[in-house]
Amino acid sequence: MRKIRILIAKPGLDGHDRGAKVLARALMEEGFEVIYTGIHQTAEDIVRTAIEEDVDVIGLSILSGAHMYHFTRVLELMKKNGLNDVLLIGGGIVPNDDREKLRDMGVAEIFMPGTPINEISEFIRKNIKRPS
Amino acid sequence: MEKEEIYREKLEEWKKIYSKSISRIPERENTKTLSGIDLKTFYSPLDIQNFDYFEKLGYPGMYPYTRGIHPTMYRSRYWTFREFSGFGDAIETNRRLKFLIEHGETGLSIAFDYPTLLGLDSDNPLSKGEFGKAGVAINTLEDMQLMFDGISMKDISTSMTINGPAAILWALYIVAAESQGAKRSELMGTIQNDILKEYMAQKSFIFPPEQSLKLVIDTIEFGSREMPMWNPISISGYHIREAGATAVQEAAFTISNGLTYVEESIKRGLDVDDFAYRLSFFFDSHIDFFEEIAKFRAARRVWAKEMKRRFNPKKERSLWMRFHTQTAGVSLSAQQPENNIIRTALEALAAVLGGTQSLHTNSMDEAWALPSEKAVMIALRTQQIIAEESGVANVVDPLGGSYYIEWLTDRMEEDIYRYLDKIESLGGVIAGLRKGFFQREIAESAYKFQKDLEENRRVFVGVNRYKIDEKLEIPILKVPDELEERHLARLKRFKENRDISKMHESLNRIKKYADSDNLMRYIIDAVRAGATLGEITDSLKEVWGEYIEPVIW
Repeated sequence: MRKIRILIAKPGLDGHDRGAKVLARALMEEGFEVIYTGIHQTAEDIVRTAIEEDVDVIGLSILSGAHMYHFTRVLELMKKNGLNDVLLIGGGIVPNDDREKLRDMGVAEIFMPGTPINEISEFIRKNIKRPS
Repeated sequence: MEKEEIYREKLEEWKKIYSKSISRIPERENTKTLSGIDLKTFYSPLDIQNFDYFEKLGYPGMYPYTRGIHPTMYRSRYWTFREFSGFGDAIETNRRLKFLIEHGETGLSIAFDYPTLLGLDSDNPLSKGEFGKAGVAINTLEDMQLMFDGISMKDISTSMTINGPAAILWALYIVAAESQGAKRSELMGTIQNDILKEYMAQKSFIFPPEQSLKLVIDTIEFGSREMPMWNPISISGYHIREAGATAVQEAAFTISNGLTYVEESIKRGLDVDDFAYRLSFFFDSHIDFFEEIAKFRAARRVWAKEMKRRFNPKKERSLWMRFHTQTAGVSLSAQQPENNIIRTALEALAAVLGGTQSLHTNSMDEAWALPSEKAVMIALRTQQIIAEESGVANVVDPLGGSYYIEWLTDRMEEDIYRYLDKIESLGGVIAGLRKGFFQREIAESAYKFQKDLEENRRVFVGVNRYKIDEKLEIPILKVPDELEERHLARLKRFKENRDISKMHESLNRIKKYADSDNLMRYIIDAVRAGATLGEITDSLKEVWGEYIEPVIW
């Protein structure tokens, strides 16, 4: 059986990469295939990598407050490139009303600081759009 | 030790009582410090044998400054109450700064937005979506003047958290202050300007390490000649710690970085006594109360010892580790955010008992957004209560002589030295960076920290224990979109109203002298000629290129 492939990405200028790195490693140890982009990625970079790596999930980590713009751009480019079966999730410093807006726009979930990693991995397994 | 036999005999007696006690009520399993140091049940004179008071502590204000750098510490003057602030544009931030001054803040501290941190103007396509979110956008001299409108820049100290383009923001500050009629020699403040830790942790670098370091030494040299009241660098453990490092790694990596700046400045031809007294530091205060206090004391001692041993300065002040402290952002929970007030108060108290010179207390809402006015007021009041109500500021180093604190301080010193040796064996800080040593060490500690939480070896109240279903009941700050429009219009106008050819000449001189001369005066000239932050940064990128980080996780 093919392992679920996850892209963990840091959009924009934000340098806070602690959460992204910890999550990438923990998901790998839970049996996922994980690709981590590093920091300072544009939406174009992220979607291109997602296509090249044929991932099932994109996880955006953002703590800089610029989440509305970057999530929207990634969603737009995912649609444009037909990545309808790729699950988009996120995490970081995101106020509640923005979380709701992003969920309405098509982000499957935004995880708050303090979320246990197994909650994230269970969410991915349950909500994955592609058959694995 | 006198009467050692008696202590040992009594200890045998105690062990009997102890066995009986733990057979009834065993001790908790995890009694390590937050950084993983094993702790005993209690500490006694046996744990600090051969403790030479003058070698280890001395009196306050005396070498090795373990008890504090000043003889009277907070009996004469409290630490500086300095809340990290900035969002939206210069005008909005000016309002927040005045609010804080009005409520008793005694120093300013500016947070810049991400484009500014990376030397980008707000009209750069890469700045899209980032304007004013994580701090204030400052692109031009006009922005800097507006941020300080009605605030006398010669009368208050200002700390600016800026690194990659620190020299440029400093130039903007100097020219803005001079336009208020201030002399640059009387300006007080700090630019963070610690580029080495950017590659380790904070990641707001622009140029490659070697060229960045050259620019930092330019600022130190310029400061030593023209700005005797200014700290041209704040050597920072904070971001290293927040990225996941332990207390010991934070102190050790910071001290290594500091020693690197000293070596490089001496290579430039400066005398250690011309600049060492203006080096300042910045640490995290995390939630393990005693470990943090011991860390501050140990770091101060190691710095004094190493400065003396390596560079033998004549001025006492060249041995001082003066530092700012911020409470730990990573210790804040999004859940039940009011609990963060308590966490911050404990961390602030540790910083004070550790002898900090300046303090930022986090606001309770910072796991959600930048602080609201209400939240930052409580944070400021926390400092004022510690200073003016609790009585802890009445005696210098009140925990000095505690068996536990002295043992832990010694233990941290040993561990710090182990890292200093290791870094030296790798060929120094830049070699270590190129090898990914620091990045791996920090990532490893961060992972372990998370595992401890996940597996409930560490309690995080409201997060992995005592959870409740709750509705968030605190106000959350939003940066209004109009601020960006207002700022961009101002930037456009600013760019239209300057002598373009004069401005380009000033940028050409920066490029020409990038490698061969101290750049500060050319940057100041460019600021006067109306060059923006982004334009000056771009001219240096043309010569030096940009740093692309190898991905290590």
